[in-house]
Parts: sequence; structure tokens; C-alpha cells
Amino acid sequence: MMQIFQGRVVVPGTVRAEALVTRNAFNTLASFQKALTSKSGKCSDQNNPDIYNKPLAGKALCLPQTIGSTTGGMVLFCAAKMNKAPACMLFSKPIDSLAAAGAILADVWSDASMPTVDNLGDDFLAMVENGMLITVEENGRVVVNPSP
Amino acid sequence: MKLTKEQQALWDGAKGDCMAKIVKTLVLYGDCFGADEMVPVTGTQGHLVTSFGISTMKPVYDLITDLLNAGVLSSQPFSVDPRPLDPHVPAGFLQSIFFRIMYSKQAQYEAHLNKLGLINTDAFTCACYLDEVGNKPEKGDILSWAESSAVVYANSVLGARCNRNSAIIELFGSIAGFVPSFGLLTDEGRKATWIIDVATAEKPEAQILGSAIGLKVVEGIPYIKNLDKWLDRELTNTTLNYLKDMGAATAADGAVGLYHVENLTPEAKSEGERLIAGNAQEYRIDDAELSRVRENYPVIWKNPDAKPKLCFVGCPHLSYTQLIEWTDKLSESLTRHNRRTLNVPTVFTTAPPVLEKFRTTPAYRYLTTVGVVVSGICPLMYMNNPLCGKQPIMTNSNKLRTYSSARYYTDDEILALISKNKVPSSKDGGET
Repeated sequence: MMQIFQGRVVVPGTVRAEALVTRNAFNTLASFQKALTSKSGKCSDQNNPDIYNKPLAGKALCLPQTIGSTTGGMVLFCAAKMNKAPACMLFSKPIDSLAAAGAILADVWSDASMPTVDNLGDDFLAMVENGMLITVEENGRVVVNPSP
Repeated sequence: MKLTKEQQALWDGAKGDCMAKIVKTLVLYGDCFGADEMVPVTGTQGHLVTSFGISTMKPVYDLITDLLNAGVLSSQPFSVDPRPLDPHVPAGFLQSIFFRIMYSKQAQYEAHLNKLGLINTDAFTCACYLDEVGNKPEKGDILSWAESSAVVYANSVLGARCNRNSAIIELFGSIAGFVPSFGLLTDEGRKATWIIDVATAEKPEAQILGSAIGLKVVEGIPYIKNLDKWLDRELTNTTLNYLKDMGAATAADGAVGLYHVENLTPEAKSEGERLIAGNAQEYRIDDAELSRVRENYPVIWKNPDAKPKLCFVGCPHLSYTQLIEWTDKLSESLTRHNRRTLNVPTVFTTAPPVLEKFRTTPAYRYLTTVGVVVSGICPLMYMNNPLCGKQPIMTNSNKLRTYSSARYYTDDEILALISKNKVPSSKDGGET
């Protein structure tokens, strides 16, 4: 059954994409280390079995928060400029400083759109599964449809 | 966010579009975390994390070119993370060619950094706070830094105030001369949200302890109890080295920007348990917990029993005293095993000014005799070369392990493996 979650808008926008879910914190550098250079754009973080080796580009990335190197925001910015970024980032928890930087840099310094919503709650991350269809609305409403 | 008249003028374009966009970025960044004002950067020097001229980072170089074309420079000199290249570090013919292609923008990027405000051409290190480098902020200084290991050290050990800024954001703060006031810049934001009880039977490995803490508290602020009994009671070189390596692991395996160590770090010494927030969670770390954490490190070598081709020691960069200690331990170990050279080619990494000082010592001459390369390289940038990343490479750094295919061993295990003729097996080090 379709479920609706309300979060806080970090970067506004509307998008519809397939969910890619990590319940572990998302290590931005480790995940994009090879994704930026390879055609497949697959997640290269071997410490994150939830999404290791899965393509990142164009997905609705559902995550608790990001961790790791402070290159994180810059990496997201580059991914956005190179069309290798997720279609949107949906955080169950309050966004962290690195992810916020990446989303804002992409918004202010590029034409790419990567809508970003945080504070969607633990129930969001517990419910959403890979492959579900996600619709993000301008006001931070996120609709999760289990059967795309 | 409330801006001063001068800040508002910048937002409105008084110093051009580029500066207006920089201020807009900083305001949006601060708004995200409830900052209600900008505060001046009071640290005298900045630190940037992006040190590499790699073609995949073209959007960053384009942005910096735009800044330079608009005449926008840093308002303070800055250091930057280590260089990605050093011809003295072992690399095969094809690997060397790949390095040249991969980092083909290095010279151009370094020229841009010089124009933007790089301190000098030796200011390439992740450990900019080392005495020999000299970018060492005072307690209470507001910084606009990135590099997770440097930020956590500056906050925790030096008592400076800096958020875990991303690359580019840190440069924008250094350009503008102000940063949004939130998080680790505020008294409230420096309260401990976790109490860590170190209950080990022996001194915990700094790298594994930091990893355990980072994985558990993620971006929380740990107040670490009962660690001081394993360390000197003051911030001696030995203790500083330990905290440097432990902190780097908390920041790589988690997102820790500040930790307090009971009776040791500046704020823990002056404030004590008043630093602990009312709803702080607790985490007890004993030997079994450290073993559990380590056993979960994946080994992604193609052949887990392969003989290592290379060993990196020092990520973050080694201090001068760590170089001396490693040399002493290595000399003792080689003598004990009746060997004159290493079993595995080994690179010790350190900051260029530290290397310059170390070069004059007998210890340096000894290391060159037994085959250790001492370099200012960033081992992670080395591992980014896919031809190098495929090799079985070992390290004592949890940070390098986290971001690459390098396999982690403790200092003692590394010492044993590089100084005696024994091929490590998958059983070594308790890894699976």
C-alpha cells in the first residue's frame, strides 16, 4: 500500500525515481570512489553490503545520514555535474553537514537538480525497499509506492 | 539568518556574482542547521582537503577557475591535504603511466592553489597541525577547515572550533572570512552525546578503538572514560600520536568531529562531566567488542592469502616522534629476525616539513638502508590508481582500509610481517 512521509526540504524539487536503500550510514567518498570514474557508476563501498556494487545514478537514495571523508560534499557536487548523482536524497534523520554541503553546492553552482529531504523518520527507512517507486514533492512530501 | 550590513552587501553582489554565490552557499548551509548568524574565522590559517588534480574532479577545477577569473581569493593562507604523487614510492611501469594520466591536472591545480592562497609548496599534509608544519590553531579559534582527521584533531586535542565542513565549503569560509555559527562552533553543540567506557584489559589499539567509536556514535560526540589510564596523564607526544590516529578512525568509520577524553583533552580537563549532555547514551568497549569490530572488516584482496606487495604506514601522516619510534621498533625487529632488509616494500608517510627534519637524522639513513621509503604522498590517492588498488596492499590505518582495498593490520602485526619472512594468511590478524 502506498505510504506518505513528510520531511523537511533541504533542496526543493520534484522527482520520481526508483528507491535505492541503505540502512547503514552512506559513506559518500567510499561509495563514489569508483562510481565517478566507471561507466556503470556502481557503489564501491565494500563496507556497506546494503548497496555495494549497485548503481547510484538516477536512484532515489534513501539513507539515514552520510559519514566519512570531508570530500563528501564535493563528491556529491561533482556527481551532480557529471550526471552520476542520485535523482534525490531522502534522509530518515536530520541531514549531516557533508551531505547538506553537497546538495546545496549542486543547487547553487550547477544546473543539476538533486532534491533533498531530511527528517523523514525511522519508519520511512524501515518501510522503503529497493525498487519501490518514490515520488518527491516540492513541499518535502515523499510518496512511496511498493508496486511500481 | 541575520546578516551584517557588510555580509548583506556581499550577498547583494557588491563584490561580484561569484562572491554573492559564495555567501548564498554559506547562508543556505547555515540555515540548514539553524544558524542565526555568521561568525568571523579567527584561526589565522585555513586547511583544504582537495589536493589532487584528477580529471574526474573537473567540476571543482572549473569552479576554482571561475573564482580566480573573478579575482576571488582566500582571505587567509591555507595548507592542503597531501599530494597524490611521489616517484619514490614503488610503482610498476604501467602503474606509473596510469598515475601520469590520472593526475594529469596536478600541476595546473597546484598553480591554482598557489594563486588562491596556499601557504607554500611544502604545505601538503593531512596533519597540518604538526609543529613542523605550523598550521596549529589556538584553543577557541574558529576555523574553516575540512579533512576529517584534521578537523577532529583541531576540535578535540587543540580545543579549536570547526564544523565538519565539506571540501569547497571550507574554501568558501576562508574566502569570505566568516562561517555560519552552528554545531561544533557553539558551546551547546560541543556537549557529549555518548559516554564511552573503555573496559579493556590492555591498552586498546588506537585505530580499532576509534573505529568502534565511530561506527557506534556516527556523528555523535563521545566522552571517553577510562582511556587516560592507558595513556600518559598529559598531552605528551605519545598521547598526541595516539589521539591523532584514534580520532582519524572515528572520523572515517563514523562522522565524529569532536571527542572528549576524560582528564586529557582541553575541554574535558576544564569542564569534566559537565560536558556530558543529559540524555547521553552509553557504550562499553571491552576486548571482545574490539575483536568483534575488527572481525567485521572485510578483506577484499582477490587472494586473501597473497603476499603483500606494499605496506603503507601513516594515514594520517606520521609525526616526527612516530617516525623515530617506528625506526627503533623496525631496527629491533629486523635484528631479532636476523634480517637486513624488509620482507615487504614499505612506505612511511609524513608531512614534507617533517620529512625535511627527519632526513638529517641517522634514523632516516637507517630506513633508506633497509628499504623503507619515507614520503609525503597520500596513500589513498595512490590506492585510487586501479592498477595499484588491485594489488594486495596492507596498512596500519583504518582510514586507508575504509576507503580502499588495503588490508588493516595492527602496528605490531605490520612490524612482524614486514620484518620477517612470513606470508600472512587469512588467519593472521583475526580477519575473516
